[in-house]
This record gives sequence, structure tokens and C-alpha cells, in this order.
Amino acid sequence: MNRFVSVEDVSIEFNSRGGRFLALRDINLQIAKGEFVTLIGHSGCGKSTLLNLVAGLLDPTRGVLLCNNREIAGPGPERAVVFQNHSLLPWLTCFQNVHLAVERVFGGKEDRSALNARTEAALELVGLNHAMHKQPHEISGGMKQRVGIARALAMEPQVLLMDEPFGALDALTRAHLQDELMKIVSRTASTVIMVTHDVDEAVLLADRIVMMTNGPAATIGEIVDVGLARPRDRLALANDPQYHAVRARVLEFLYKRHQRPAA
Amino acid sequence: MTAALPTEEISDARLARAARWKIAYEWLAGAGRFMVFNILPGVTGLALFVLGWEILSQHNAQLPGPGKTLDAALVLFADPFYNNGPNDQGIGWNLLSSLQRVGIGFGLACLIGIPLGFMLGRFVVLSRMAAPIISLLRPVSPLAWLPIGLLVFQKADPAAIWVIFISSIWPVIINTAVGVTRVPQDYLNVARVLQLNEFRIMTRILLPATLPYVLTGVRLGLGVAWLVIVASEMLTGGSGIGFWVWDEWNNLNVEHIIIAIFVVGTVGLLLEQAIMLVAKRFTYE
Ligand SMILES: Nc1ncnc2c1ncn2[C@@H]1O[C@H](COP(=O)(O)OP(=O)(O)OP(=O)(O)O)[C@@H](O)[C@H]1O
Ligand SMILES: [Mg+2]
Repeated sequence: MNRFVSVEDVSIEFNSRGGRFLALRDINLQIAKGEFVTLIGHSGCGKSTLLNLVAGLLDPTRGVLLCNNREIAGPGPERAVVFQNHSLLPWLTCFQNVHLAVERVFGGKEDRSALNARTEAALELVGLNHAMHKQPHEISGGMKQRVGIARALAMEPQVLLMDEPFGALDALTRAHLQDELMKIVSRTASTVIMVTHDVDEAVLLADRIVMMTNGPAATIGEIVDVGLARPRDRLALANDPQYHAVRARVLEFLYKRHQRPAA
Repeated sequence: MTAALPTEEISDARLARAARWKIAYEWLAGAGRFMVFNILPGVTGLALFVLGWEILSQHNAQLPGPGKTLDAALVLFADPFYNNGPNDQGIGWNLLSSLQRVGIGFGLACLIGIPLGFMLGRFVVLSRMAAPIISLLRPVSPLAWLPIGLLVFQKADPAAIWVIFISSIWPVIINTAVGVTRVPQDYLNVARVLQLNEFRIMTRILLPATLPYVLTGVRLGLGVAWLVIVASEMLTGGSGIGFWVWDEWNNLNVEHIIIAIFVVGTVGLLLEQAIMLVAKRFTYE
């Protein structure tokens, strides 16, 4: 199997007030190029932590992470992140937020008009060209999240890391963006790791669903192959027995075998 | 039928007129509410203050009342820029030379304090090194620095500027440093993922993120500088609003002292408002 991203025997501890806190242990995960993987698990189990390890924002205490056969030694623009809370810079316009990333990645190779065109294309992709010159506080939460996605996509990353990108959105916007994301990903053949706590979203988008046990010392409990053909249509899936089988398996894992800790 | 058309037109015109009246009425009502709740209390307070002053002056022959002070002010402001030699200049010149000292002293404080604050905020070792010095020197009364200034510079004017500088630099340094440490980790993570260079991090993230804190420091520092200028000019003499107050005290011209107090207060207020205006422009969300 082609291992584009590889997580090998990774554990991570945090220094906390009560001493060392083992957040994740013995994580092993191989992801192929062009694969779409979702991470699902209860709140606080360590999904963001695992994503940040792949991003290079955190260093593992034990084990090693590889991307494209090279050790991940820190963050870099080839692994773009859509943050859980969008993280747009409030003093820049939407355009400037995306442009900052575009300029960093393509600034050495392309001239100004090409960089501007890339920025505009990325914003157009998420349907935001009309709000290009607004500042983040002037647009809605869903729009902010879309700018965050545009910023990550504009970098044409080898791996797209998304931390609950649609978590704060209403159901309609969320469905729309899920459809858009599926189109974009199939067009660009991106490798995607996406954190979610929404079972339907996980099944709809993923090639494989990585299910995590509860923390502390959380690890991967089970990995499900979704095995649904692409392109996927949310309406057609409603009557697809395979969809329901996968969904039932994830639900059973989350609500029967690894119930939310009574906290 | 023929009669119906004009009536309709009339009623349209009437409606439009009524709508205009309504808008005018609402505007007036809004303005009235604003007057009653925002302007009126302030005006009443001022009026009470002047009344109290008047009563006080009735019972104290030394203290000139509002009327007498106003008369003196009208004469004074009729020619604020006369110049009869170095010890007898108009209030305008004195005000300008105070402003100039504050400008130089406080300008230097910003020029040195802001970069210093950035360094202290960015590098923990530096901030630990500076912490004891800052906590020791910051509470020192401004005028205690004057002898040092006179000793070093041998002249009154730079000594006064030195006092402004040293007493207004602390809030600038401290607020800037705090601002840098409060830059949200999210923004720094964006910088890390993009692997921005140090220059870009500075211009696109650290500077804009800390600007509100820096401006708070500048506002507090300028307040201190303006507080201190009067006292230090009283001691150093020569020119300036502080010197003028002292001079008028020696002439026993109490009206002028009261006018000077109002001038100092008004200028301080204007300076603060100007910075608030700038700060508002650079505050996000
Ligand atoms: N920097 C840190 N220092 C100490 N503990 C941390 C740190 N970051 C995360 N943790 C702990 O690690 C565990 C996993 O956190 P993480 O943010 O990865 O959870 P999550 O699965 O993303 O949760 P959610 O779904 O609520 O976002 C939590 O118990 C959290 O308290
Ligand atoms: Mg999380």
C-alpha cells in the first residue's frame, strides 16, 4: 500500500498541572495519496492533537510521523491547515488573508497578477468573490470558515488538514460546503485528513473513517472502509444499504462500545 | 372618473408630505433624546461647577470669580503670541514650548519604549532581565529624575525633556510587552503553517495584533508626560506653561493661574481624545 502520510507508534504527552498527561498513545495510521480520511471520536479524545501532529504544530513524545517519505519536523505550507476556529487575521481583508498564503507559496515563481488571480480563484471556489474586500468581522461565521478553506486550498497543499471545518455552521450551509468540498477534492485529487464529530459527514466524505477511543491515553479503536462509489450524492445515499451499514458501525462504536465519558 | 384622478394625486402628495413630516419629527425626537440624555447632564454639571466657584469666590477675596477670570481670559487670548523678550511671552508661545518639550521627550520615549517593549515581549530572557529594573524605577516620582538630568545635561531645557522621557516611557514599554505576549496562539500558528519570515510575522501579525496595546501605552504615557511637564517647568523655568504659572504666581495674578489650569486640562483632554480616535481606527471586533 502507498503510504503518503504515515504515523508510526506515535504517543504524545502534555505537561499539565497534575504532571504529565498522556493524551495519545500507540497511534499507527497509513494514508495513501489522494485518500480522504476522517477522524471521529468524542470531544476531548485527541482528534485535534493528532491533526496538529501531522501538521507539525506539535511534536510527538514517542514515535515518528512521515509525509512523502520525509520526517515531519515542523509545520509547512505543503500541509495546509483549516483551523477549528478559522483563525483569519482580523486586520486583513478576506482577499489579503488568502493572498498572504498564496504569496508565501507561489511568490517566488509567479508575478503579481498571477498571484492575484490565484487568490481570486480560491475565493471564487468557495463562492465568496463578492465579499473579497470585507474584513472578517464584517462577514458571517460560515463565510469566515469558507475563507479559511479558500486560504488552505489556494496553497495547493499535498495534504489538506481540516479540524471540524463545518462544525460551527448551520445544516444548510454545511451540506452545501460538503458538496463543494467533494467536488474540489475530486478535481484536485487532494489527500485530506478531516476531523469531525458528525457521523453523517464522516460517512459522506471519507474513504476511510478512523474512530478514536476516549482519552486519556486515547488511541485508534477501529478503522472502517466506507467503500461507496464516487461521485456521491447525499440524496441517493439515503437509500443505499452500504451507507447505512457503515453509519451503523460508526454509531455502534461511538455510542455502544466507547460511550462518551460521564464527565 | 375624471374627478377621481386629481383627488388621488392630491392624496399621494399628502402622503409624501406626511412621510416627510414623519422623518423630520423622528429626527427631531432623536436629536432631542440625544440632547436630554447625553449633552444636558454634562452642561448641568459644568453649570453647577461654575456656580460653586462663584459662591466660593464671593466668600474669599483672594479667589477671582468666573466673571473676572473670563474677562482676564478675553484679554489674554486677544493676543496670545506677543513677545516682549524671553521672560514675557504670550500664553500661546508658552503653550507651544511646553508642547514641544512633551513632543520631544515623549517622542523619544515612544521611539525607544515601543521597540524595547517588543523585545521584552518576544524574548522571555530579556523580560526576566528587565523585570527588576522596571519594577524598581517605574514608581519613582518624576521630579526625582530632575537633578540627574540637570547634572548630566547642565542645562534646564534638556533636563525637563529628560524628566518627560523617563517618566512616560514605562507605560509604553509595559503595555507593548504585554501586548506581544497576548498575541493569540491561533495567529502564530497561521504564521508557523505558512512559515512566514520574521519580517512578515512582524508586519502582518505582531504589529497589528499588538497595536491596540501599544496605543493604550501611548495614551497613558502621554497623560503622564502632560502631567509632569507643568511641574518640571515650574522648577526649570525659562518658558512653558508651567513656568508661566509660576511667573503669574510671583506676580500674584490668580486669574491667570486659573486660566492656565483650564488650558492645561483642555490640551490634555484634546491629546487623549486624539489618541483614542487613532486607537478606535485600529481596533478589530
Ligand atoms: N497544549 C495542551 N496542554 C495540555 N493538555 C492538552 C493540550 N492540548 C490538548 N490537551 C489535552 O489533550 C486532550 C485532547 O485534546 P484535543 O484538543 O485533541 O481534543 P479533541 O478531540 O480535538 O476535542 P474536541 O472535539 O472538543 O475539539 C484533552 O484532554 C486536552 O485537555
Ligand atoms: Mg478539537
